Amino acid sequence: MTAEPIIRIRDLKVAFGPAVVLEHLDLDIPRGEVIGVIGPSGCGKSVLLRAITGLKTPESGSIEVFGQQLETLRRDERTAIERRWGIMFQDGALFSNLTVRENVMVPLKEHTKLSPALMRDLADMKIRLAGLNASAGDKYPSDLSGGMRKRAALARALALDPELLFLDEPTAGLDPITAAAFDALLRSLQRALGLTVFLVTHDVDTLHATCDRIVVLGEKHVLAVGTIPELRQVDHPWIQEYFSGPRGRAAAPVIEQEA
Amino acid sequence: MLNPVAPGFALEKSDEESILRLTGDWTVATLHTIEHEIAALTLAPGVRIDVSGLGRLDTAGAFLIDRLLRAAGSWPPRLIGEHPSATSLLEQVHAGPDPVAAVPAKSFGVIDLLERIGRGTVDLLSELVATLAFLGETVATILRLAAQPWKLRWTSIVSVMEEAGLNAMPIVAFLSFFVGMVVAYIGATTLSDFDLEIYTVELIGYSMLREFGVVLTGIVLAGRTNSSFTAQIGTMKMRQEIDAMQTLGLKPMEVIVAPRVLAMLVMTPILAFVATLAGIAGGVVVGWTSLDISPGLFIERLRTSVPLDQFWVGMAKAPVFGLVVALIACRQGLLTGGSVQSLGHRTTTSVVQAIFAIIVLDALFAIFYMELGI
Repeated sequence: MTAEPIIRIRDLKVAFGPAVVLEHLDLDIPRGEVIGVIGPSGCGKSVLLRAITGLKTPESGSIEVFGQQLETLRRDERTAIERRWGIMFQDGALFSNLTVRENVMVPLKEHTKLSPALMRDLADMKIRLAGLNASAGDKYPSDLSGGMRKRAALARALALDPELLFLDEPTAGLDPITAAAFDALLRSLQRALGLTVFLVTHDVDTLHATCDRIVVLGEKHVLAVGTIPELRQVDHPWIQEYFSGPRGRAAAPVIEQEA
Repeated sequence: MLNPVAPGFALEKSDEESILRLTGDWTVATLHTIEHEIAALTLAPGVRIDVSGLGRLDTAGAFLIDRLLRAAGSWPPRLIGEHPSATSLLEQVHAGPDPVAAVPAKSFGVIDLLERIGRGTVDLLSELVATLAFLGETVATILRLAAQPWKLRWTSIVSVMEEAGLNAMPIVAFLSFFVGMVVAYIGATTLSDFDLEIYTVELIGYSMLREFGVVLTGIVLAGRTNSSFTAQIGTMKMRQEIDAMQTLGLKPMEVIVAPRVLAMLVMTPILAFVATLAGIAGGVVVGWTSLDISPGLFIERLRTSVPLDQFWVGMAKAPVFGLVVALIACRQGLLTGGSVQSLGHRTTTSVVQAIFAIIVLDALFAIFYMELGI
């Protein structure tokens, strides 16, 4: 693993018209780590994700992914970057006119020259890897439950074996057992594939179970970065409330057992 | 990122054992070069895999290796050499074979053609019955609301009247104006052979009052309003807003359908009236510029030779067309399923059915009026 951060953000400002969401935001994300991004609702976590992936153009500041600045890239260079990351959106964002298998095959068809039969097999493998039955491959997203849709979205995000995975609230709306299985899946995939994961979440259990480090967003910039024990020492009312509140305390024994 | 190295493999067979040596990067981006060779490969049971020369490996590469091993029936894999992720990746992708049923092939024979025709016919009939049922449900809802007018959604009605009625006025007027001009030109060229140019006034009067004003309005509404109503309601359906309404005790028939139907009942006659005026104006312009019929003379002749009945004959159709347009649009919107494709399908169906219904109804009106002798 190189010391060069996989994402480097400097003095980022993102605004929607007069409403400034993020300002003077600096962030480095090292390769091979699972980074949890937390913060109060509406603090701009998803906006940060959209800015990094180029879906929202920032007002000012620079974002480098894989050591390259996205805005300065040519179209084909940008496509080359895009195939090195996978994104799972909050509510899945599966293509509703395609089956789950076809959804997973979309990036494979677009970016590889594999034969259709192998693409099918690989898509089935990813679907299984994401924890779905192979029979789910023939279903349309509207026939799936919320949890299954999230798994299908994860399968699509993993289709090209990306180095960098963006997950927006992957466990929101899942039952605790499914969410825990999702966390375990994510961790084992991350270890096996050496993924860097940018994980936007509210789920304290997911943070404990999967994240190497945590970035706290708030007041339009990064409030703190660190491991959970480090963050517990940070003297900020929201962070204190987050980790010492009833939900934070309930999740705490998990790491103490693991440690 | 380093440039990928082309993947490769070599199978070494000796009497005791066989060894598959892997080289290069086995990733989703590179594997297409050796995909077919791998597919043709068969391994002996107990084969050992040499991963010491292997570069980068991802789940696609691991999947192919796992498939070879599964076919040879040799699991767990016997690896030679060191690789940072080979073992964990192989375990990750190996979850036992999970065969997927083959997709049944679609057939396109004559019998299927007949079957499709049969289905189409039955669908057409059931569609007609279902639309009439929807009409009944809507009428019942509106009558119930008429008894309790405070329950009507006036904001919603006025908003639809503006969006689907007032905003459609320019396009309806323009279209009708130009059709009026065209009819006047055609009439003038034909009638001038008999020196009867002045009858252009009657031609314009009858055609515009009776048919074109209202039919053109209906067709513009079918294109403009139907697509927008169906897309709006369909999207609400897809995003479960309709379900949410029902759980909150709001009835979609009252909240969505009734305001749209009522607004169209009011606005279509107004639009048809504007369209008729615009069409006559088109005729006046042609009469004035190329036939030397002054606007004063045109209007005078129109008043004396075209009976007022003709105006009412046309206007009587307008609310019916408005009702049909709104009904079909709302019904198709509410039938939308969960996918984008279904929304597109329903929007198309909505516009097609509305145009079809307007033309057919107009023909029925024509027969009806003929029998009445108007």
